[in-house]
Amino acid sequence: MTEPTQPTPLPPGATLVLDSAALDRCLKRLAHEIIERNPDLTKVALIGIPLRGIHIAQRLTAFIEQVEKVRVFAGVVDVSMHRDDLHRHRVPPRVERTELPRSLDDMTIVLTDDVLFSGRTCRAAMETISAYGRPARIQYAVLVDRGHRELPIRADYVGKNLPTALAQKVHVRFAATDGIADSVWISQP
Amino acid sequence: MNWTRKDLTGLESLSAAEIEHILDTAAAFKDVGSREVKKVPALRGKTLVNFFVEPSTRTRVSFELAAFRLSADVINVSASTSSLTKGETLKDTALNLQALHADIIVLRHASAGAAQFLAERLDSSIINAGDGAHEHPTQALLDTFTIRERKGRIAGLHVVIIGDILFSRVARSNIHALVKLGARVTLCGPSTLVPRAFESLGVAVTHDIDSVIADADVVNLLRIQHERQRKEYFPSLGEYTALFGLTKARAERLKPDALIMHPGPINRGVEIDSDVADSGRSVILDQVTNGLAVRMAVLYLCAGVRPS
Amino acid sequence: MSATLLKNGRIIDPENRRDEVGDLLIVDGCIAEKSDAKPEIIDCTGKVVAPGLIDLHVHFREPGQSAKETIATGTRAAAAGGFTSVVCMPNTSPSIDSPSVVAWVQDKAKAEGCVNVFVAGAITKGIAGEELAPIGALKKAGVVAITDDGHCIQNHELMRRALEYAGMFDLVVMDHCQDYALVGKGVMHEGAVSTLLGLPGWPAIGEEIIVARNAQLAELTGTAIHCQHLSAAGSVRILREARARGIRLSGEVCPHHIALTDEAIRGYDTNFKMNPPLRSQEHVDALIEGIADGTITILASDHAPHCGYEKEVEFDQAPFGILGLETELGLFLDILVHKRRAIDLPRLIQLYTENPAKLLGLDRGTLTPGATADVTIIDPGLEWTVDKAASASRSRNNAFHGWELKGRAVRTIVGGKTVWSL
Repeated sequence: MTEPTQPTPLPPGATLVLDSAALDRCLKRLAHEIIERNPDLTKVALIGIPLRGIHIAQRLTAFIEQVEKVRVFAGVVDVSMHRDDLHRHRVPPRVERTELPRSLDDMTIVLTDDVLFSGRTCRAAMETISAYGRPARIQYAVLVDRGHRELPIRADYVGKNLPTALAQKVHVRFAATDGIADSVWISQP
Repeated sequence: MNWTRKDLTGLESLSAAEIEHILDTAAAFKDVGSREVKKVPALRGKTLVNFFVEPSTRTRVSFELAAFRLSADVINVSASTSSLTKGETLKDTALNLQALHADIIVLRHASAGAAQFLAERLDSSIINAGDGAHEHPTQALLDTFTIRERKGRIAGLHVVIIGDILFSRVARSNIHALVKLGARVTLCGPSTLVPRAFESLGVAVTHDIDSVIADADVVNLLRIQHERQRKEYFPSLGEYTALFGLTKARAERLKPDALIMHPGPINRGVEIDSDVADSGRSVILDQVTNGLAVRMAVLYLCAGVRPS
Repeated sequence: MSATLLKNGRIIDPENRRDEVGDLLIVDGCIAEKSDAKPEIIDCTGKVVAPGLIDLHVHFREPGQSAKETIATGTRAAAAGGFTSVVCMPNTSPSIDSPSVVAWVQDKAKAEGCVNVFVAGAITKGIAGEELAPIGALKKAGVVAITDDGHCIQNHELMRRALEYAGMFDLVVMDHCQDYALVGKGVMHEGAVSTLLGLPGWPAIGEEIIVARNAQLAELTGTAIHCQHLSAAGSVRILREARARGIRLSGEVCPHHIALTDEAIRGYDTNFKMNPPLRSQEHVDALIEGIADGTITILASDHAPHCGYEKEVEFDQAPFGILGLETELGLFLDILVHKRRAIDLPRLIQLYTENPAKLLGLDRGTLTPGATADVTIIDPGLEWTVDKAASASRSRNNAFHGWELKGRAVRTIVGGKTVWSL
């Protein structure tokens, strides 16, 4: 993951949906829900979908460790190789190095991402995971669910449900990845 | 870094950032080889034509396997099976391949500039798999990738390339990649095969291997041949080995962590001593493995996003 | 009786050391001093009135390669470039190595050509460099020189005998200077750019060594040798030294060799592939110096048409050569006279008129009263843009498309008749 060299820009007129404190509360709640649903945390791996899902996995891992004193595996899953819409991109998406536990057997993989939209990224992530092995189960945690699914996919953990019009855009920013304060924004086309 | 090229015809025209982007992408693709399922759908539905007008086995197989791992369909066309032997021009043959909806044409050709010639005329992605003595970009990328993987960097390293530089596309592509990424490059070989004109590419030229061997971080040995057209360039393989071969004695003077590379196929006992080729410093087989990752990355970047 | 008056032009006639503003009269196809009839007036104010230009190095491809060029289209291109006379090279198919082919070309030129077509015969049968062509019969048939252009006789003994034999007829031997062993499969100048591109090099020494041979053989045999399309600095030096010693050795330079360098080949564009090849800047500078100091006495085009499909191939497989007739005067005016100021306008005209005429013994290239009225009217300050599509040639292998040049011919008069005007 590359460090931000300059702040990721926001479109003019974007409206703030979650500020830094609210976003932090959302992530804490997600962490608690993951703890509740998975009694054996040693069998859980949080796997981030690039780019901001990687940061979310790290944040959740830190919260879980604070609360449960267990260090959960935090990793990365590349989705660009498995996208079914690659040919629609103008430039090839950056390929990230996939980092998964050595063995996926008996593991619960929690995929983490910033925004759930069509569901295609999640599908690609699941396909990547299955190329490495057969985990016991895959769960899905997202910071924002904005609706408009194109595949039969739903998240197990949702930080905030955000009803949107199709043409609107949702922007997630983290200090660590974007060089501006943690926040979620919505903008008109 | 946004990749916007449809073709890879050489490294001379690439920026350092573009070369690094390919290497970064290749690092991610290298993992695919360690998965249970060694295949990703990135190029599903795309057709790759291995168009090898000049014979080659290892490069063709590497591209073929890279394409398979990206789920592309592959057709192999060789000089003897193409219509070039019937007097069809390269342009016409390639237009025919494009008319069959070849998304990617991997071209190996004896004429320098052949890949660029096609890239300017076709919508298909053209990947240069070696054009005359001009460039062999994927070979240099895999060499660079291997160095970076082992050494953690390219900048500041001293890379010595030894052998028949004059006729070598591998040397030229390596020079471009290494110089752009900040390495110090020395070319070494007989004065007939390593002319001073190469200094204009930003490298040093020497005809004395013993003066540079102890300072090298990487030694890249090129295959030396002594067929008819080389007889006026040096007298014999024996004399070559005596003057420029990486013998055991010379290998002992290498830095302990120096890498020994060779694009293959190696002539044991000629450019390199057989035991030295098998020693721990030799990364010759890593190069082969990395070639696959680099070619997957190149195919993904050049052809992944273009509509079929 | 018909009369034409070229009025108020700057008349430059190097042979007669004439350079003055005035009127030039043409009566019944010849330069005249007075006319009984009332002449048609052509206003030449601000223009240069020069003897018809001669290009002693063109390839019109007939017989045998009329898809590239014909005598009809080639002479039209010549006229459009300001040339009233050309010398056709014999590397046709069949080559011009027998009186019957010479006659065929002459007949065809008479029927279809719009400028004077002179013929160069082959030195050796089939331009194969092995046995002498019937040089005596060729001379009788009217060739103005012999050459194996496109090829070079490698056997020095054969070249020596050819020179001795041609000396009997006072025929000039023109030579394409290329040592085959040194050049090998070379397709571009051997240097930094060929090293970068990985293309086989055609080293300067491959030309220079033959120019040196020719200097020695010209001295030995006493026969004049004209070195064609010189490209290398060493050739100029050898030529300079030989001429200083009184040896009958001359040399010509083509426009592309001073307008372009090997840098042009970076994109592998085959329109920049010629033989000898485009060289580096120091060679260009040496050629220009040679023109300026009088070492080089003749300018020519090496007009070499090729079909589009022949050129649209891999660089090393493409044929050598580019078009030249319509751009050469503009390029030389622009570069030699305007930009580099290497020579003045009268000198440029001399290199295209008096000098080639004298070398080959042609009764052209002069405005002496009574001479055939071949006249080129030049506007040396006219700015124009090269458009390859507008060419009169059958081919389009033009390396200068889009170039903005200063100076060109505006009217070409052959035997008193305007055959082309802008």
